[in-house]
Amino acid sequence: MNSNRIVRVASGQGFWGDWLDAPRRQVEGGPVDYLMLDYLAEVTMSILQKQKERDPAMGYARDFLGAMESVLPGVTERGVKVIANAGGVNPVACAQAVLEIARAKGASGKLKIGVVTGDDLLPRLDELLASGHALTHMESGEPLSTVRDRVLSANAYIGSTPIVEALAQGANVVVTGRSTDTALTMAPLRHEFGWRSDDWDKLAAGIIAGHIIECGAQCSGGNCLHDWRNIPDLANIGYPIVEARADGTFVVSKHPHTGGRISVPSVTEQCVYEMGDPHSYITPDVVADFTTIHLESDGIDRVRVFGIKGRPATDKLKVSIAYRAGFKAVGTLVYSWPDAYEKAQLAGNVLRQRLDTMGLRFDHLLTEYVGMSSTHGPLAGPPGDPPEVQLRVGVRSPDRKSVERFTREIAPLVLNGPPSVTGFAGGRPKVEEIVAYWPALVDKTVVQTKVEVLS
Amino acid sequence: MKVRLLDIAHARSGDKGDTANVGVIALEPRWYPLLAESLTLERVRDHFRGVITGHVERFELPNLNALNFLLHGALDGGGTLSLKTDAQGKVFSTALLRLVLDVPDVRARELGVPPAPAA
Repeated sequence: MNSNRIVRVASGQGFWGDWLDAPRRQVEGGPVDYLMLDYLAEVTMSILQKQKERDPAMGYARDFLGAMESVLPGVTERGVKVIANAGGVNPVACAQAVLEIARAKGASGKLKIGVVTGDDLLPRLDELLASGHALTHMESGEPLSTVRDRVLSANAYIGSTPIVEALAQGANVVVTGRSTDTALTMAPLRHEFGWRSDDWDKLAAGIIAGHIIECGAQCSGGNCLHDWRNIPDLANIGYPIVEARADGTFVVSKHPHTGGRISVPSVTEQCVYEMGDPHSYITPDVVADFTTIHLESDGIDRVRVFGIKGRPATDKLKVSIAYRAGFKAVGTLVYSWPDAYEKAQLAGNVLRQRLDTMGLRFDHLLTEYVGMSSTHGPLAGPPGDPPEVQLRVGVRSPDRKSVERFTREIAPLVLNGPPSVTGFAGGRPKVEEIVAYWPALVDKTVVQTKVEVLS
Repeated sequence: MKVRLLDIAHARSGDKGDTANVGVIALEPRWYPLLAESLTLERVRDHFRGVITGHVERFELPNLNALNFLLHGALDGGGTLSLKTDAQGKVFSTALLRLVLDVPDVRARELGVPPAPAA
């Protein structure tokens, strides 16, 4: 194999709700071999599970269909391959919907869609609990039995192996359920370069490449604090591309004539994002060591990454469980100068007194003053007399009726509370059901993934 | 000499459950040793006293000229349970950068770190 061969993996979506134009811009803006699309956040699976309960043909990230439509010519004519965890709790239906789109465009004969399943543990949950898998909460240590009757979804985070299998079977689109975000980038590199499943340093490099580009433009100038005023043309921001080599080194780049910036500081900010213990970034494939990452500038908008070390994977998989956890609502009002903060504080106290008098039942009531202290709390220091302050009150309760009653108590303050109040045009706050996240571990041997290729 | 962390470092923060992480990165590689010496676990714990309910962990990444702090009990329960504006801990980064360090004058001049503006 030519050791100088480069494989390009482009990031086109950092979360469900990211820029709709990004996938097409990545495929049309210059050479790429793979388009990687990450759709799943911690509680996304439960939203999809609810959709599937209402309609068995649903339960996947619908945005993916629009993305596939926009990149279809690149896939069928230029050979770009797509890897996405858009399958949610229904990867087969997702793949079928993509084939339907291709058929309408007369291109279905050119798609082979690899579908990865086996991450969904919901149908097996009671069997697992009965056979001694307590699925205890990784932070609190509580056993899952305390919330079992409220569980909405349960999915194991799966690694790169089934995606590599799908690619080996000739798939040019791979759709998974709860794959780890990083496996979506590492799998095509493992496939292309033939990395062994115990080549820990190279697997770790692939995982860190994935970590750097899994949040889309957050490594190419988006949300970048370093020198933010001078980052050019954010309106036209280029999403990141990993240019990888067989030896596990890679360059982070973006297409020419795009905005944003790829620099050592911008990539470093993404390296430390959502980091725990940097020595042990645990994935199903490998434990990557972030203290071995080396970055150097490789020209304008190019950063070379090298030196990465990894260690053997553990014998566990993380499980993402979502459960119903009551209701919440947040109401806001805006108070103006002079003395905006004092007026907002008085309104907050009046509201609290009324809720107390009614005897409503809340687990938690949080009062914040946006413009004063809502993000930095007491660290914000003495404020002066600001032009306006937003009163923001949130409540949480297992009792829906109490939360509903709270939402009726905001608007009256406009006429029967402190003066100089505005900003209530949005109407009554809405009551939201809380779907909470329960992270747990399970033995790897419990989860068997399956790959099928549809065409 | 008083030195604002804001003038010698940049940062990014995120969440994992009810824990916020803040990665702090020296603006100049030569300032990393100063960052590592002065931004101790105790200093950061004191800074966030009354803001978070749990303990603080600290990790060094000299390879990235960076430190990583885990702030436990920072997010009002975290994720979808949290009622906070900053439920995902996105701006704990700038909250940490409010910190002001005391640096010996000689050291500050050697390193060329900018003094904090007069209050």
